[in-house]
Amino acid sequence: MPPPPTTVCFSFPPSLNDTMTQPTDYPSIAALGKALRDRRVSALELATDALQAVHNGPDPHLFLHVDDALTLAQARAADALLAQGKAGPLAGIPIAHKDLFVTRGWRTTAASRMLADYVSPFDATVVERLEQAGTVSLGKLSCDEFAMGSGNENSAFGALQNPHDPDRVPGGSSGGSAAAVAAGLVLGTTGTDSGGSVRQPAAYCGVSGIKPTYGTVSRYGVIAYASSLDQAGPLARSAADLVPLLDTMSGFDIQDSTSLETCNGVANAPGRITAAYDHCRGLFGSGGGQPLAGLRIGVPREFFGAGLATAVADAIEAALRVFESLGARRVDISLPLTRLAIPAYYVIAPAEASSNLARFDGVHFGYRTPQYQDLPDMIRRSRSEALGPEVRKRILVGTYVLSHGYYDAYYLQAQRVRRMVANDYRQALDQACDVIMGPVTPNVARRRGDHDHDPIADWLGDIYTLGANLAGLPALSIPCGLGGPAKHLPIGLQIIGRHFDEGRLLALADCFQQHTDWHQHTPRHVA
Amino acid sequence: MSWETVIGLEVHAQLSTQSKIFSRSSTRFGAAPNTQASAVDMALPGTLPVMNRGAVERAIRFGLAVGAQVAERSIFARKNYFYPDLPKNYQISQFEHPIVIGGQLKFLLDDHEHVVHLTRAHLEEDAGKSLHEHFTGPHGESSSGIDLNRAGTPLLEIVSEPEMRSAAQAVAYARTLHALVVWLGICDGNMQEGSFRVDANVSVRPHGQAAFGTRCEIKNLNSFRFLERAILHEARRQIELIEDGGQVVQETRLYDADLDETRSMRSKEDAQDYRYFPDPDLPPLVLSADWIEAVRAAMPELPAARQARFQTELGLGAYDAAQLTMHRALADYFEACVAGLPAGQAKLAANWILGELSAALNRGDTDITASPVSPTALAGLIVRIIDGTISNKLAREVFTAMWAGECGGAADDIIAARGLKQITDSGAIEALVDEVLAAHPQIIEEYRAGKDKAFNSLVGQVMKAARGKANPQQVNTLLRQKLGG
Repeated sequence: MPPPPTTVCFSFPPSLNDTMTQPTDYPSIAALGKALRDRRVSALELATDALQAVHNGPDPHLFLHVDDALTLAQARAADALLAQGKAGPLAGIPIAHKDLFVTRGWRTTAASRMLADYVSPFDATVVERLEQAGTVSLGKLSCDEFAMGSGNENSAFGALQNPHDPDRVPGGSSGGSAAAVAAGLVLGTTGTDSGGSVRQPAAYCGVSGIKPTYGTVSRYGVIAYASSLDQAGPLARSAADLVPLLDTMSGFDIQDSTSLETCNGVANAPGRITAAYDHCRGLFGSGGGQPLAGLRIGVPREFFGAGLATAVADAIEAALRVFESLGARRVDISLPLTRLAIPAYYVIAPAEASSNLARFDGVHFGYRTPQYQDLPDMIRRSRSEALGPEVRKRILVGTYVLSHGYYDAYYLQAQRVRRMVANDYRQALDQACDVIMGPVTPNVARRRGDHDHDPIADWLGDIYTLGANLAGLPALSIPCGLGGPAKHLPIGLQIIGRHFDEGRLLALADCFQQHTDWHQHTPRHVA
Repeated sequence: MSWETVIGLEVHAQLSTQSKIFSRSSTRFGAAPNTQASAVDMALPGTLPVMNRGAVERAIRFGLAVGAQVAERSIFARKNYFYPDLPKNYQISQFEHPIVIGGQLKFLLDDHEHVVHLTRAHLEEDAGKSLHEHFTGPHGESSSGIDLNRAGTPLLEIVSEPEMRSAAQAVAYARTLHALVVWLGICDGNMQEGSFRVDANVSVRPHGQAAFGTRCEIKNLNSFRFLERAILHEARRQIELIEDGGQVVQETRLYDADLDETRSMRSKEDAQDYRYFPDPDLPPLVLSADWIEAVRAAMPELPAARQARFQTELGLGAYDAAQLTMHRALADYFEACVAGLPAGQAKLAANWILGELSAALNRGDTDITASPVSPTALAGLIVRIIDGTISNKLAREVFTAMWAGECGGAADDIIAARGLKQITDSGAIEALVDEVLAAHPQIIEEYRAGKDKAFNSLVGQVMKAARGKANPQQVNTLLRQKLGG
């Protein structure tokens, strides 16, 4: 087994003039962290150059708010930490946040006109924890409006480009978070995943992303879309880079009643994921040429039916063979309700969203229409004018399925299906396999504008990712191939684990990345 | 035709927690608008509710006190409707699975014990307040304002079965419930500040008819007097409507205290669809048996139990026992006073506390916990009545002096200082009697002629001569002897 990235040796030029100040000059967060701790580069130098790159970036809509002064202040704070020798693995690392996380300094818009000028009086718990760890934020990244969408075309402030092909979408809803990593502007980003919103854009943009177990990362300060499904997770260039990010983001938060105090008896606190990750890697190391001996990989046959593009199927097959070559065993499993996850999700998520978004009424904060007759008229106009079509559509669907006379047939029925889907996953993971692997998406990133008249196609594209959300399971996406007409569009491999198995998933992903280089494939026009 | 009124009450009792039900803001009443509204109360993006343990504990206490089932698992739901003083545009409440199920309340009315069953009691958050009057916007224009200080205040909504048959019963139930929640220490009971608000569901039906009539709900009655008047008015309105050939329409009505009438607020046709669903931000509220038992162990003795004890152990009548257990502080006072008396004298203490002391407290609008006459001091006075040191009549004078703080409020010192000690020396009383008899021969004549009043007049003369201090019984006996009785 080749050495893990933390021990990769780089020779740094001695002269300050040759200091490497671009984040992508470093192969990993660990390598950059070491350079920072060794004072070979300062957080301020990195932030200054990163800001420059952001301002000159090819996609003007990628960042929704950049504030040089705020970023540089964080960089100075990180340098102070580094100078005191108190710096952890993330001190000085340039990151950026999905604009669904509220931030005290930067505006928080959820990519909606409704919150175009909104500044939160507090930071999301995730933002606060990353800041305390010394990360340096470059600003706020575009996403689909209120996290509703899968192409980042539902942003009120302009659609985004996929760094691998400007005519293609970066995915969504955390499209900006995936694109910013792929473009090399930052080494990590935050995203949220309610139905695949971290994993799908990670797959489309060729980066790594993880949605952890529901309840391990605080939702406080994440603008709620579908509360019972929303879970924050990081995106980065590699699984190894995801580890310190997720570990820092995770942990019990008294401000979120759905956040867990313990995970299978282990305190839900920073350190949990790193420990599990290190433990698993230790086990792999003792396996010799077969580091993954004994691992049972469940491959659900429902993930390989009609609608799956050949290039994707081939890439997943090749990836599975890599795992087999490392000692893992492939197990054929069935998740019979896979297709039913779609209607269940598209009832539950809009139902919760219709209620979560009711507060955006123009009364207390946010957009208010300039002209109105009375209060109901003001609320109606404010919402109609400031909320985009996809958001309005889901609010209407959600309102409908919760209405008197329809509640049982839709909402309760969807909850029943949700439990059955979760049950399928539990049975498979309890009895047949240790992890589940399959595609993230049926195809590579689609062309921009393709789905303007076919919303159902977008919803069907979520088929492989929804199950982990409905079941609350951890799931990640790592690059495993290229597809599309010019073989230039990334393909993602999904790995789904048991509850709280983030450390093992990340270790498996890292093991794969030690033996492949798909994650190092840089977008052509960025390189 | 004779009519029967059917009443069910929904009471919103504000729970006496320091902070709100889902946020850390203070619940203190009367602060400047919006100074007690946090990001959570304002429903700012990204905020989440966190359950206040104290509110749950109070709900458990209530459930145990009314003999209800305290649910081991209850669910918070969202009640969705747009209203400007409801910042989330949904209220977090409990719908299908409340924390308290069933229970009952007993009260005495016209010497009859009544039992009213409870349907349920559930936890929920209060809304803010819209301010329409005397409110000007930033440019001096007439406008409406919103004060979110009250938003998120914890409420226990207590729902009764429709088992009351008169306004008087409804008021008695509400008073008993009010006394109970204050007794339990879960609500301050301040009705002016809205800590205890009553909604009345009222319908009428011909006597003997089993089916209920169509009901109307009268909202937000914040005094027992308004509750009574609103029910009386509403029942009359419904009866007149039906007798005139009309039909009662199910609706929500508001009671206007100035005009003493109820007005339609909204009918069932505009009733909203609240689209209740379980709140995904709050896991099911699971109560451990240990917690419920710990709350039970810490419960104060309940008014009903204390009332029964006052009757059996202390020999009080039902009325006195009920009166003394309307408030915990009153019952505590009574027991502290009785502790300072010889056995068997509780009735005398009850008379003094419900009579002289209550009157003085009412006059001064003083709470019993702030009474200038302590229960032990009052016992000191009553002891002197029992041992014959002073008469009941003079004891009132002493009480007044105690209330005013004379001689440090000690009965014995006041009796000594004022020279009020009763004359019991029979020689001294006999001298006074002889004196009076010598001075009033014509009254003696009248007495001998058969006028009973004349005897009382002679007693009065003796007492006057003794400046009220002669033992009245001894005076009586001696007079009868002297008059050849």
